Amino acid sequence: MNTQLVPLILRDNLRLPLLEIKDLHAGIDGNEILKGINLKIGPGEIHAIMGRNGSGKTTAANVIMGHPDFEVAEGDVILEGESLLEMESWERARKGVFLSFQYPQAVPGLQVGNFLRKSVASIRGEEEAKGAAFREKLTMAMESLDIPRTFMSRYVNDGFSGGEKKRFEILQMMLLSPRLAVLDETDSGLDIDGIRTVSEGVNAAIRGTDSGALIITHYSRILEHVQPDMVHVLLDGKIVSSGGPELATKLEERGYEWLKQE
Amino acid sequence: MEENSDARGAVGEYKAGWHDPENSTIRFDFGLSEEVVREISRLKNEPQWMTEIRVKAFKHFIQRPMPTWGNMSMLEEIDFDNICYFLRSSDSTKNDWDDVPDDIRNTFERLGIPEAEQKWLSGVSAQYESETVYHSIREDLERQGVIFLDMDSGLSEYPEIVKKWFCSVVPYSDNKFSALNTAVWSGGSFIYVPEGVHVEMPVQAYFRINAKNMGQFERTLIIADKGSSIHYVEGCTAPTYSTDSLHSAVVELIALPGSHIRYSTIQNWSSNVYNLVTKRGIAHEKAKIEWVDGNIGSKLTMKYPAVILKGEGSHAEVISVAYSGEGQHQDAGAKIHHLASNTTSKILSKSISKNGGRGSYRGMVTVSPKANNCKLNVVCDALILDEGSRSDTYPTMEVANPTARCEHEASVSKVSDEQLFYLMSRGHTEEESLAMIVNGFFEPFTRELPMEYAVELNQLMALEMEGSIG
Repeated sequence: MNTQLVPLILRDNLRLPLLEIKDLHAGIDGNEILKGINLKIGPGEIHAIMGRNGSGKTTAANVIMGHPDFEVAEGDVILEGESLLEMESWERARKGVFLSFQYPQAVPGLQVGNFLRKSVASIRGEEEAKGAAFREKLTMAMESLDIPRTFMSRYVNDGFSGGEKKRFEILQMMLLSPRLAVLDETDSGLDIDGIRTVSEGVNAAIRGTDSGALIITHYSRILEHVQPDMVHVLLDGKIVSSGGPELATKLEERGYEWLKQE
Repeated sequence: MEENSDARGAVGEYKAGWHDPENSTIRFDFGLSEEVVREISRLKNEPQWMTEIRVKAFKHFIQRPMPTWGNMSMLEEIDFDNICYFLRSSDSTKNDWDDVPDDIRNTFERLGIPEAEQKWLSGVSAQYESETVYHSIREDLERQGVIFLDMDSGLSEYPEIVKKWFCSVVPYSDNKFSALNTAVWSGGSFIYVPEGVHVEMPVQAYFRINAKNMGQFERTLIIADKGSSIHYVEGCTAPTYSTDSLHSAVVELIALPGSHIRYSTIQNWSSNVYNLVTKRGIAHEKAKIEWVDGNIGSKLTMKYPAVILKGEGSHAEVISVAYSGEGQHQDAGAKIHHLASNTTSKILSKSISKNGGRGSYRGMVTVSPKANNCKLNVVCDALILDEGSRSDTYPTMEVANPTARCEHEASVSKVSDEQLFYLMSRGHTEEESLAMIVNGFFEPFTRELPMEYAVELNQLMALEMEGSIG
């Protein structure tokens, strides 16, 4: 990118939310799961969506990334002023949307190193996937996530432990430097050390940049390490409460029932 | 044309035995008869014994019914009377690219053969239609006594060796197509590696069918003497015509004690070629034979690379992949016979079917009663890319010795939407994602290939995935 142009673009983007979800109604197989969601994430912000199983958290993640099985009945999902809904998921990825999967898929025979290079080439451009700069970035990211070198010749998510899968998702996020990172239950199945490592990865990728993140989670543990700017509570397909990080603490103490009663 | 009048003289009284097409100097009429068989032999100045074998094989071919298994309806479509059994495009085998006729040289240059030769091959052979048009081998190997010739030259220069081994592994009566090949064979490779010599870089043969309704019947014989080793690689292509061509090769490998033969194939015939090939090797004590066999093209392939483990402690491996697209049936597999004790074998078969294509694994492993402590391992995996495609597995194991250890695994899988979505979320289009899954599936095979072939195969599969998303 031309360095002289960067400040102009940044200033321009500051006026727009990074991500805007407007009155989103979406579901699968004819069942409406999300029943009118509104959300705005500004550049540099980290938001969290909390909710119990079945509240629609994963549906939100899939709709943002463009999973073909999910249908949007109403509303819009807008990244930096541009609607994502007509785009294929690979186009969204190239626009800077990243999803850390709850259940990353195994691709036997596809080597991690090869896959990372190809993904960086697709999303960041051929230049960034080549040479010493790429190797350096890769080495640093791997070290920060405690991923050994031997990882590179393994097959994508094939025979990975739960923790390895989550670390690998965050490794991809760090290399792809997304505009918007959506983390779907990245903390589930991780021990305390794993959560800390992954959180450091998220902080490193988002804090101090003009990118943003949406952390979808069941528990508040990850939010102790990644301090969100906003917390939203999803219940039966609707955001029933929004607030600062203190909302997460309250939820932890009182449970979701408390919100239902209000 | 000067060449053609020479050819007329050579063919003699054979009635209208040749045509005058664009680039062949001798072309036989369509159809097969004892006269055609004798004429091919005469034209090549072969010894009497070879003529006799050809004629016997021809008689067997006529009597022998079509196989009653495999894709019988496709086999019945072969019109043996509408195939040209011999076509000579070049007067003689050249060992300098500049001497190869222009049009043929252009074809092979487009395929990258001369370039590959300089970079990473010990020797190269290029066959166009019925005969080898170019041949070379590195001088250091020649000095060590390695013989690498086209089969016709092998027969005329080393008749005793050929006579000793020809048909010793695959008798002409083995099957209808081995009989046909023995009757009309032309071209192919003849290799002898002397005792203790290791040929470090692979030798390569490239087979090209260029004419319509052509039959290519190359014959390959590889003998690895005690303690020697060689890696032979073959590639095959043909242009697409509206009418079918027939490729029916026979390959015989003899691995003498302690030797190692690896035979790799990337078969990418066009989708109108019948590819009916018999490949078999005999492994003596502590010898090792590996078939690395990739089938991407052709209309119907029936090919089951085989190893007879004759000597104690010998080892066989057959690693194969098959891709079946629209209108294609890849009926491939492996055969291994454990005749001696402490022999081991491994079969890995991977098949992908797409757009209504059909892939079949047909395998047979036997252990004879006298063979103690044999180990055999068979894995076949199939990947089906869409609803109309098909995959079948016909595994047979006949184990007559209770000390054998047998392992067999089979799996059939489909590309899941979740897998595709995962890859697409990383910026890869649906076609690119599919190619990643497919190439990953083939990876255990691809990693066995020389680098250049592995890259070529990956690109080939990426091309096959293009335009496949509806």
